[in-house]
Amino acid sequence: MARGQTGRKPQGGSRAAFGWNNPRVRAFIYQAAVLGFVIGIVWFFASTAQENLQRLHISSGFGFLDTTAGFGIIQTLIPYSEQSTYGRAFLVGLLNTLVVAVIGIVLSVMLGFLVGVMRLSRNWLVAKIAAAYVEVMRNIPLLLHLFFWYFAVLRPLPGPAESLNPLPGVFLNNRGLILPDPVSTASATAFLAAIAFALAGGFFLLRWARKRGRETGKYFPAGRVFLSVLLVLPALVWLVMGAPFELHHATQGDFDFIGGFRLLPEFVALVLALTLYTAGFIAEIVRAGILSVGKGQLEAAAALGLKESTTLRLVVIPQALRLIIPPLTSQILNLTKNSSLAVAIAYPDLVAVFSGTVLNQTGQAIEVIALTMAVYLTLSLLTSLAMNWYNARIALKGR
Amino acid sequence: MDDVTGRPAHRRKKNAAPVEWVRRNFFSSVSNTLLTIVSLYLLWLTIPPVLDFTIFSAVWTGTTRDACLEPGAGACWPFVWANIDQFIYGRYPPSEIWRVNLTFALGVAVIVPMLIPGLPARRLNLVFLLIVYPLVAIVLLAGDRPGLPPVPTSEWGGLLVTLVVAVTGIVASLPLGVLLALGRRSGMPAIRMVCIIFIEFWRGVPLITVLFMASVMLPLFLPEGVNPDNLLRCLVGVALFSSAYMAEVVRGGLQAIPAGQYEAARALGLSYWQAMMRVVLPQALRHVIPGIVNTFIGLFKDTTLVLIVGIFDLLGQVRAQLSDPSWSLPQGALTGYIFAALVFWAFCFGMSQYSNFMERRLDTSRGR
Repeated sequence: MARGQTGRKPQGGSRAAFGWNNPRVRAFIYQAAVLGFVIGIVWFFASTAQENLQRLHISSGFGFLDTTAGFGIIQTLIPYSEQSTYGRAFLVGLLNTLVVAVIGIVLSVMLGFLVGVMRLSRNWLVAKIAAAYVEVMRNIPLLLHLFFWYFAVLRPLPGPAESLNPLPGVFLNNRGLILPDPVSTASATAFLAAIAFALAGGFFLLRWARKRGRETGKYFPAGRVFLSVLLVLPALVWLVMGAPFELHHATQGDFDFIGGFRLLPEFVALVLALTLYTAGFIAEIVRAGILSVGKGQLEAAAALGLKESTTLRLVVIPQALRLIIPPLTSQILNLTKNSSLAVAIAYPDLVAVFSGTVLNQTGQAIEVIALTMAVYLTLSLLTSLAMNWYNARIALKGR
Repeated sequence: MDDVTGRPAHRRKKNAAPVEWVRRNFFSSVSNTLLTIVSLYLLWLTIPPVLDFTIFSAVWTGTTRDACLEPGAGACWPFVWANIDQFIYGRYPPSEIWRVNLTFALGVAVIVPMLIPGLPARRLNLVFLLIVYPLVAIVLLAGDRPGLPPVPTSEWGGLLVTLVVAVTGIVASLPLGVLLALGRRSGMPAIRMVCIIFIEFWRGVPLITVLFMASVMLPLFLPEGVNPDNLLRCLVGVALFSSAYMAEVVRGGLQAIPAGQYEAARALGLSYWQAMMRVVLPQALRHVIPGIVNTFIGLFKDTTLVLIVGIFDLLGQVRAQLSDPSWSLPQGALTGYIFAALVFWAFCFGMSQYSNFMERRLDTSRGR
């Protein structure tokens, strides 16, 4: 661009000379050039891809999704067999990704909040342990975490015959983690109904208490009442009608355990690695959020005579959350995307099943990878939509 | 927990007696004492076994696997000594290893002056780092010049590949990221749209699928006969992927610069690019140095993913050597991965400490 020609003479907008000196004309030319470049690249790739596909006799399209897959998957949440279609395999992989992501998110958020709060503890030892945790976990690649747990810890475990038995009914061996299977009994429906009733009642109680507090200034300990109802009601059902669940322990068979609820070692390693790694980042987010609440806020709360726990609940957490939620969402999204590392230890997630096995069997590279990417793009689009909605809701009002 | 709201109170006052400090930090209340005891128990559970495995029971000398076979032996460090060349250079021909060492040394010589604030000739140094050094490194490593026999990238491995992928990603993503960030804030709708789509696409997909795309799908999009090697294809994928993240970091910095800066620069008669290069970007980039370094750290850790598409980075090389039957040991995997973790940790921790240092420096220089 020639230097300094803008601003030397008054710009007359669209009425200026139709030439290079008109910024509108220039903007139009630049944009046309960039668009032309992008379209050119896309066209080039598309046409060469078509040529290559014809040359290699690869048929394009998504018809392969209806063909029989013919391979087994070691963890299926929905019925699946070797006679199922590739489309079904895609669904199985997607569900496996989602289950790992959801469990990882829940655990890492809990651990991350705990460690983040620990880092701010007045206890020197507690703060230092948390700091060491964060520095170690964050600075080691996730894939290395995964290899460590899978190849160095879980794989070398003894076989089923010499399983570790850390808790009654819990067995750990090189075939996975075996937990007692919770089997519902006659009172399960009543138990769940009691919890649902307490939750619904608590929701309306909290709304009512907040509305009354705002209008009359009278305080009602809704949170405490809600918690006690939530605890007491199901407990009553338990006492009157008996336990809602029975834990069926696995029993040791000749070669392997019979019954019980089995988690694959791949699954355990993936959840462990994702949780420990992501929790380090979440801890830092939580710490920064809490530290961002100004000192004056705390002093003002103390001057008003609020207890420390009340200050925490009414002053610190609401303000800290506003800063915590956006980066926390992006960590949650990262965890979901990172669950694709499953392919490295052959946990059957979306990438391993679909971009791995299905791609190798069908050779439909373009369709398979495009579909996989579309899934992750959809997930991240949905998450950012939800985050924008939440941000708009909690953003500082006024000014 | 009732001590959340407070700032850390464990900064030791100068004249407080040690006993007083211990009492205040560890035993100020019943719950605090309980926390101390639980923490000590946690340390007792973790620290002694780790130290025992890595140091006290570890085997330090020996040349073969037999040295590590005695029962109760901890980490088998001879495994690392014996394979250290593979871990650093991969299958690079031993007679040509000086070229790798020279590249490493040149890299240190170029990068270290960049990191020390206040040295003269930084602009020249940056040009050298971003343009001259990569070209020299390519010639040195790949060879195929008089006196330098060619070494195909399939023979590269270990730390060499890790650094090649990381440095390429860094060098390519910085300018590309700045361009994308400027484009995303541009007033021209078509350019803004193209940049937004580009950035959000790469940020929305996992790196693994990008690498799969580079190694499986890309060949279908190129004309027959054009077949760039696997490492190069992955480098392109990594560079595009990390430039999208870099763009978002730079955009944050651009947003922090008041519009008046740009308007004043334009009022002085600077063109758009002059205003950006001389006024806006120098301030914006300074703001986000910590964010840039964090992106580098993320990128450095992500380089391990290339092993999934069959390129042997440090982690991949460790895994490859672990499957060597002459070193098959029960504690082999643990030893190898602890070694790899130490190397990665040292790099990433070093970078993050540097980022903290710069952050503090920038804070004071801004006088707030």
